[in-house]
Amino acid sequence: MTVPVRAGLPGEVPPTPGPALPPGAAHPRSGVTEEGLARRLKALACTAPLHDLEARKANLAGEYTVYAMAELGLTAIDLVTVTMDFDTGADHDEIVARLRPRVAAQAPGRDPGEYERVARWVLENLINVGSVDRGFRAVYGMWTREGEYIRRDYDFKLLEEVPGPDGHIFLRATDEAINVLVGALDTDVTSAQIAADVKLEHLIRRGRLAEARFAAEQARYRTVQYAESLRRALDATRRNVRAVDWLQAVPDLIDEAFEHVADRYRHENAILINIRRARDEAEESERKRGAAELVDIVQDCIRRHTQLQTRLMEAGPLFRAEQDRQAFAAPGTRTGLDLYGQLLRPLLELPVGDARRVTDRFFAAGTGLRTPVAVRLHDLTEMLLTPPAPRDHLGAELPEPDVSLTPDDSRYTESQHDAAALLLDIPPQTPRRLSGLLAEAREADPDLGYLVALLAFHAASPPVGTALRQGDRTLLVAVDDGTELDDPEVGGADLIIGTAVLAGARPEPERPTPA
Amino acid sequence: MTHDTTGEAAPITSADVGDAARLVAFGLQPKLLPARDAEYADLIRRHREDPRFAALAAAVAAGLGLVVLEVSPRAGMAVTAGEDSVFAVRMGDYARRAGTESADRFLHGLAHLAVAVMAFPRPEDLADDAYVGRLSVHGVDAFVRQACLRLEERVEQRGEISDPEVDGPGLEAAWRVYARRSATGATKDARRLAASTIGIVAKAVAFLVDSGFLQRVSDDAGGTYRTTARYQLQVRDTAGSAAMSELLDLGVVAVTDGSPSLLAATTDGGELAPGAGLPFHGV
Repeated sequence: MTVPVRAGLPGEVPPTPGPALPPGAAHPRSGVTEEGLARRLKALACTAPLHDLEARKANLAGEYTVYAMAELGLTAIDLVTVTMDFDTGADHDEIVARLRPRVAAQAPGRDPGEYERVARWVLENLINVGSVDRGFRAVYGMWTREGEYIRRDYDFKLLEEVPGPDGHIFLRATDEAINVLVGALDTDVTSAQIAADVKLEHLIRRGRLAEARFAAEQARYRTVQYAESLRRALDATRRNVRAVDWLQAVPDLIDEAFEHVADRYRHENAILINIRRARDEAEESERKRGAAELVDIVQDCIRRHTQLQTRLMEAGPLFRAEQDRQAFAAPGTRTGLDLYGQLLRPLLELPVGDARRVTDRFFAAGTGLRTPVAVRLHDLTEMLLTPPAPRDHLGAELPEPDVSLTPDDSRYTESQHDAAALLLDIPPQTPRRLSGLLAEAREADPDLGYLVALLAFHAASPPVGTALRQGDRTLLVAVDDGTELDDPEVGGADLIIGTAVLAGARPEPERPTPA
Repeated sequence: MTHDTTGEAAPITSADVGDAARLVAFGLQPKLLPARDAEYADLIRRHREDPRFAALAAAVAAGLGLVVLEVSPRAGMAVTAGEDSVFAVRMGDYARRAGTESADRFLHGLAHLAVAVMAFPRPEDLADDAYVGRLSVHGVDAFVRQACLRLEERVEQRGEISDPEVDGPGLEAAWRVYARRSATGATKDARRLAASTIGIVAKAVAFLVDSGFLQRVSDDAGGTYRTTARYQLQVRDTAGSAAMSELLDLGVVAVTDGSPSLLAATTDGGELAPGAGLPFHGV
């Protein structure tokens, strides 16, 4: 070799074969790959909806900042996961009901309706009810091998709504949610299971019940995950035997699951014995209660294993029955278009922009025909010009309404109002004092005084705008000049009351108003 | 020569044209079957026995922009709308969102295709006139989801990234659009969520019932339906080939040996060869 080998300087990028990576790209030799980075970004994104709950609670109308929304969100995912069964998921209302005590504990003494609202808000936001897909989307970027930086959409769901057998809608926690929940992002199911078991036994031996409980719960989530994969495989088999790899994948899964069940039985029975002893020997009531709860959890685990085992045992016969059922059909004499293999499957792999052209064609040619609703002008004119037909039947006779007279509770009669109006019809040039008017009113009728006083007070703040709009010529105005009113019935100022002529009003031709 | 002989037999009268048009009018009522209407059955019989009448009916249909698929006692006068006919169904009229939203437009079209796949899963089913397909709304949705799941697994196995680029919505893989749309959803008034995939499939199925293509059997699994002869004709003779030619225009050719991709072939003794004809794993 004639070319001298140069020692790499510290900080210098060693020459790489192929296209040079842009600065900032995770270098393959650094142990951090772009794929790993993307995986962690996605894992991080799964927690975003929970943070989002916390961030958005301040925007809610009402005092909701006291609630720990992320905690409620995690609890909701927990509840759904634990309630998830072989056939069904969790019911909306049930989850809300079970979430409510925790909501109530966070802000005691509030309206129970508010707790319900908060629980529902959390659940709906985890489903993301507002979006069309009912899911979440995060954006992440990564370098391609060609050195191009591309931003991509990552779509995921936390809680999924699925149809139940009876048409009911159930909630199921997605794999993403279970991963977020147990905090073991991107790990292998089986190894995590073993780790949880070992940890559990260890903890119980040391009497760390709280942590043991945590580990037991984690073990239960793993069990649910196992059951879920099996359920999917069996469902697919029922629809179509060939859709599932019964040669290797499913038998492997079943073997693994059987082994898992046997293993868990051994473990959990051992744990159960241990905790029961801990429960019975414990002195502190807190610890006793903790152990008792743990017994419940482990018993639930065992119940789930029994269920899983039953399904596992049914899997083989189910496969054989389905194979018989689905394969037992006479071969056709002609072969036609293979709708799935030739049309649907290739189509699903295309970019949606291209796939749409195919589905559009299928739609146009496959929906049949609709007879258009046509309006004939002749019919239309005739319809519009036809007088309404006289009705022979006016319908049932209406019963005479039974009207009860309401007692006339107005304080002043019509004639009293007229008298007061006459009294207050003061010529514009000669304003009068309220005291004089009151005296004159009482001469005619003892009750009239009070009505006159009321009208005078009303005139102290006259509705000028209304009067102008109505085109009134004059307006009753009361002015307070500081004189006190000396009267047995009413108190206050002895107002000067007069009639003002409105400038905007047109003077009447017969009787011109003096300026 | 033939023209002369037929002309001598009986000249075509306006009454004949009226009858031919009447037969086409019966064909425009897709739910009506000859077995249920004596006049319809008479006209169908006449169509079979009198070639001149048959030609007349075909001419009337063609003039209206209709394509005759079959005239038989089982399917009646099975006609469908030509591409630019006034009888054709437009996507924009079908679903309001589909007119504007590209993803929704695709999903509505896909739902119709998926219903056809579930109705006639094997090539023989489509070819066999006596076959009556059976499908359910939930079944169709689960089936497409399963297919999407397999494609997703395959993409992952190959180490590809299926997440679409942010600025290229039309480049997103089609299966992904379906997979990320929620299957169902709770609504305030306990109705189906229209934008969910089950809602979209249910809409397609209800529409096909109105077209006389499906008949409701029960309410199980979101509604269970069976196919009619007309639907088979429509898918086999019109829709399937139209979509296939569009696919070929896009340069996608799915080569098959004629054996079904979805179910076991009955000739190979039941021994499953790995990867041979398996719809999801074998691709």
